[in-house]
Amino acid sequence: MSVEFSIEAKLGQDTFKVDKGPHIVPDPAVCRTCGPKWCIKTCPAHLYAANGDGSVTLNFEGCLECGTCLVACLPRSLDWHYPRGGFGVQLRYG
Amino acid sequence: MEQFEVIVVGAGLAGLACAYHLAQNGVGVLVVERGDYPGAKNVTGGRIYIQSLKTLLPDIWEGAPLERPVTRESLVFMNREAWVRLELASQRYRRHPHSYTVLRARFDGWLAERAEEAGAMVVPKMTVDDLRWEGGRVAGIVSGGDQVAAAVVVAADGASSTLARKAGLRGIPRPQDCAVGVKEVLSLPQRVIEDRFQLEDGEGAAMLMVGYPSQGLRGGGFLYTNRDTLSLGVVVGVREAMDSDHEVYRLTEELKDHPALSPLLREARLEEYSAHLLPEAGLRGIMPLCTHGLLLVGDAAGLCLNLGLTVRGMDYAVASGVMAAQAIEQAHQAGDFSANSLSVYESLLRDSFVLRDFRTFQRVGRFLNNPRLYRQYPEAACAALEEMLYLDGQPKESFVKTLRRELRKQVSWWELARDAWEVHQTL
Repeated sequence: MSVEFSIEAKLGQDTFKVDKGPHIVPDPAVCRTCGPKWCIKTCPAHLYAANGDGSVTLNFEGCLECGTCLVACLPRSLDWHYPRGGFGVQLRYG
Repeated sequence: MEQFEVIVVGAGLAGLACAYHLAQNGVGVLVVERGDYPGAKNVTGGRIYIQSLKTLLPDIWEGAPLERPVTRESLVFMNREAWVRLELASQRYRRHPHSYTVLRARFDGWLAERAEEAGAMVVPKMTVDDLRWEGGRVAGIVSGGDQVAAAVVVAADGASSTLARKAGLRGIPRPQDCAVGVKEVLSLPQRVIEDRFQLEDGEGAAMLMVGYPSQGLRGGGFLYTNRDTLSLGVVVGVREAMDSDHEVYRLTEELKDHPALSPLLREARLEEYSAHLLPEAGLRGIMPLCTHGLLLVGDAAGLCLNLGLTVRGMDYAVASGVMAAQAIEQAHQAGDFSANSLSVYESLLRDSFVLRDFRTFQRVGRFLNNPRLYRQYPEAACAALEEMLYLDGQPKESFVKTLRRELRKQVSWWELARDAWEVHQTL
């Protein structure tokens, strides 16, 4: 496979039912105190990005609901929930 | 307020096996699932070991929608440029298949149907937010502001179980106790899969890969052949991923580019990308498994065992679901759902193959934490064989000398001695 697939293209193959609001919310005050930003490195869908002020933005729409960020966020910055019933990723293969 | 005898949270293998067993024995059971359908949120690497399951679900097992029986399996040590492959194929695998490749959206949907046929009620699109408490014991669930009462709740809600946390049985898992798996499902025509993997009609292959796929971190790659798709993925320890420069989301893409895999994947089409957390705390992370009115099963209980060559979770999930059901049936008859009464479940698991395996292989778990297994040794294996077999016109060293030199490049004598001792002790 010589054609490189971007992560966005990969997520584009999945079926998502997007809720109105996010199910995971980082606390900017806590994120600003976090140097390593483990969420960014470990999210399999690459949904976390750092802002200039040290906070992070999460694009919750492509969330694969694996729970890695919950485990990797040692500063415990995340208000973490699963999406409401009937929302989020709907796998056809799994 | 609605009232059920048992509420199972999560329509995965553990939850559905539990519900099926309860319903068959006439216990009223509700299964709630947050996905649009059972299986919508469930992910496996791709292979299920079936011998124990035949015993646990004897009446229905035959009809399960499995992909291919695994008739050849290989272990591949990889560095960036080369790979060494160890393959086992046996007629025994053909005569008596012991494992099958599987896709969960199909499989879990099938098991949910069996549970419903037996009398269980399965409600999708319902996320459980909290437990309902009554005088210090769990007495149902809370979902979207509504309460549903039950005598006992079975938490089958996966590796980062919300309910286990709410009940105070577990905290948020530690990064060193988890691995993250990323997986791509790639489609190819059946015949092409059989040709490329040298398979007879309908038979399947399993490949585990060590070294390059996890970028030298604790973990590895996998490739399983389904009917007309391949399951390709990488598992890596969460702590190791946090401490490394590699980004998890790039792992499968890098693996697909490796010369060992690219010819196998030519013109394969990406159908789905998924990710999943694996509990890897081993025996230490298992107890307690119940409290007043609540039981933990499957991944929520931490019942996943990675032994390097075999990775098991689904067969333990089914077994734990069935044993939870047996314990609930006893509690039901006694009319006592206290922690003490439900702890029959812990004894059942302890005496079964499930926790016996966990005890037997405790050492292996520790052994697999050795970082040199994932970087230095795969590198040395590839380099040493290459040096032995590649003839460049120069006089060759003896094989032993070459091996010694290549090992020495990667590890100290002290490390080698210690690791050899560990191998001896572990096996």
